[in-house]
Amino acid sequence: MTDKYESTVGQTADAVAPPPPHERRLSDAWKALKKAPLSAKIGIIVILIYVFIALFAPLLTPYGESEVVGAEFEPWGEGYLLGTDNLGRDMLTRLFYGARNTIGIAFVTTVLAFLIGGISGVLAATLGGWMDQLFSRIVDVLMAIPALIFALLLLTIFGTSIPVLVLVIAVLDSTRVYRLARAVSLNVVVMDFVEAARLRGEGMGWITLKEVLPNIMPPLVAEFGLRFCFVFLTIAALSFLGLGLQPPTADWGSMVRDNATLITYGDITPLIPAAAIALLTVAVNFVVDWFLHKTSGLRDDQ
Amino acid sequence: MFKLLKIVLQRLGLGVLVLFIISVIIAGAVELLPGDLCQELQGQSATKETVAACRKELGLDKPVYHRYFVWLGNMLKGDFGVSLANGRQISELIGDRTANTFFLAIYAAIISVPLAVALGILAALHRNSIYDRVVNIVTLSSISFPEFFVAYILIIFFSVNLGWFPSLSNITPDTPLTEKMYKAFLPALTLTLVVVAHMMRMTRASIINLLASPYIEMANLKGMTRRHIITKHALPNAWAPIVNVIVINLAYLIVGVVVVEVVFVYPGLGQLIVDSVAKRDIPVVQACCVIFAATYIILNLTADILSIITNPRLLHPR
Repeated sequence: MTDKYESTVGQTADAVAPPPPHERRLSDAWKALKKAPLSAKIGIIVILIYVFIALFAPLLTPYGESEVVGAEFEPWGEGYLLGTDNLGRDMLTRLFYGARNTIGIAFVTTVLAFLIGGISGVLAATLGGWMDQLFSRIVDVLMAIPALIFALLLLTIFGTSIPVLVLVIAVLDSTRVYRLARAVSLNVVVMDFVEAARLRGEGMGWITLKEVLPNIMPPLVAEFGLRFCFVFLTIAALSFLGLGLQPPTADWGSMVRDNATLITYGDITPLIPAAAIALLTVAVNFVVDWFLHKTSGLRDDQ
Repeated sequence: MFKLLKIVLQRLGLGVLVLFIISVIIAGAVELLPGDLCQELQGQSATKETVAACRKELGLDKPVYHRYFVWLGNMLKGDFGVSLANGRQISELIGDRTANTFFLAIYAAIISVPLAVALGILAALHRNSIYDRVVNIVTLSSISFPEFFVAYILIIFFSVNLGWFPSLSNITPDTPLTEKMYKAFLPALTLTLVVVAHMMRMTRASIINLLASPYIEMANLKGMTRRHIITKHALPNAWAPIVNVIVINLAYLIVGVVVVEVVFVYPGLGQLIVDSVAKRDIPVVQACCVIFAATYIILNLTADILSIITNPRLLHPR
């Protein structure tokens, strides 16, 4: 609430008053960004382009998402910049809508995984005791099976639909988030300022949100990038296997699968969505790499 | 020595416990269905009689724990039950496929392990050199590539353009070994590329970590030769992390095999599990899951135990 309040005040009283804290933070971030290595800058630009395409897909594309516009497997050329797919739908249109669906779902899944894993991890560290034991043992067991295999088992049982997909992957992935959140908060909860807050009589909510959370943000933000990549690749792999997003939704994994026959004729069109996946994950990794290096110098001794 | 044995036995006991819990989860996952398996299978066409008959056939009328122990007992005897899709014995379906999958994973491991460890040690020793930086960027990128992307690039390159290797690895149990190796080369290479990057980065990180420890600095300050430091001081302590890295990646190979098998139409477990998930053939998926999970757990257990018994500090307890 306070943040919202500050931001409106900042905009109206900009000219007279000194910039409010959040604007100063923004300009700091801008300065840090200018000093970032080339790989991180490229990464950020690539991510912004993807986000732009995902947000404005309907305005950028000539056809509808699953509209049949020509013959099957038309070559590249006038009308269809990247040709058409196995059902005669425009490849470029599908590619842009695919950005929206694939990235959107991966993003929602990662956020969900962070909510589940992050909250339970911080709670386990601050409360300790039986709750910590319970959560940690559950996570140990879930992590003993490879995530993809577990996901396949659960998808067989519940069937393949988007909510099931999101939920299954989010729960499986939250185990990794839990581990990290718990480990870093354990280092923070023993600090003197947390002890001081406890002695002041602050409640659990204050301690977790105001004392612990701000201090574990940098590793969690970096982890968010890595987990996003992982989730994104898992969903792409599942879609490629025909078990992820179901047709006629445009999605990069299934686009590769549907048009794979072209590859045996030496046509690289089906590889474009795969390359799109690879480029985005590389970009996110570059940014995360720089961020980790900057915030902790963790890179060489992790 | 006794202490060491005790730690190893404890770890083994824990491993068996985890295997047991996982088997309960795999068997019990079916219970999570809102109705039950029979209702789900028959869908709209379900009548009271057909559902009851189906329940009896699958043993669903018995209590949960009874079903679990029957399932576990049969599985330990090598009887995985019957496929829902075609009524065939599952053990028959998975026999050759399991062998094929392990063949592919071992094939990839033989190429990737020496390569990754050598490259990783080199990168660690020549840290921050051009070589190290190039390797860092290349491996970071290749970790980010989806497996099917790597696979199709190799197909376009080696199969379509050069025509050196087949893009379909349709091997049978009778295929002679050399031909098997030839046909499975591209899938093995794909897995290698995916795994090497990971293994190399981990090797590099653990060696760098090791070289930063105080006793290495001490040896440096004593004026020992670099060669002596690495062979006498660093390597004995490096085995544990390196072995760990290798085994963790072998476990990863077993899973990574799923996508690669589908791309190359390689007749392994991965393809079977994907087909069965699409058909919702639950018993087959359960059987495959058990095999994958058990292999994964056993490999991780091996990693733990190897790193315990190669740890010099535990070998010479005070």
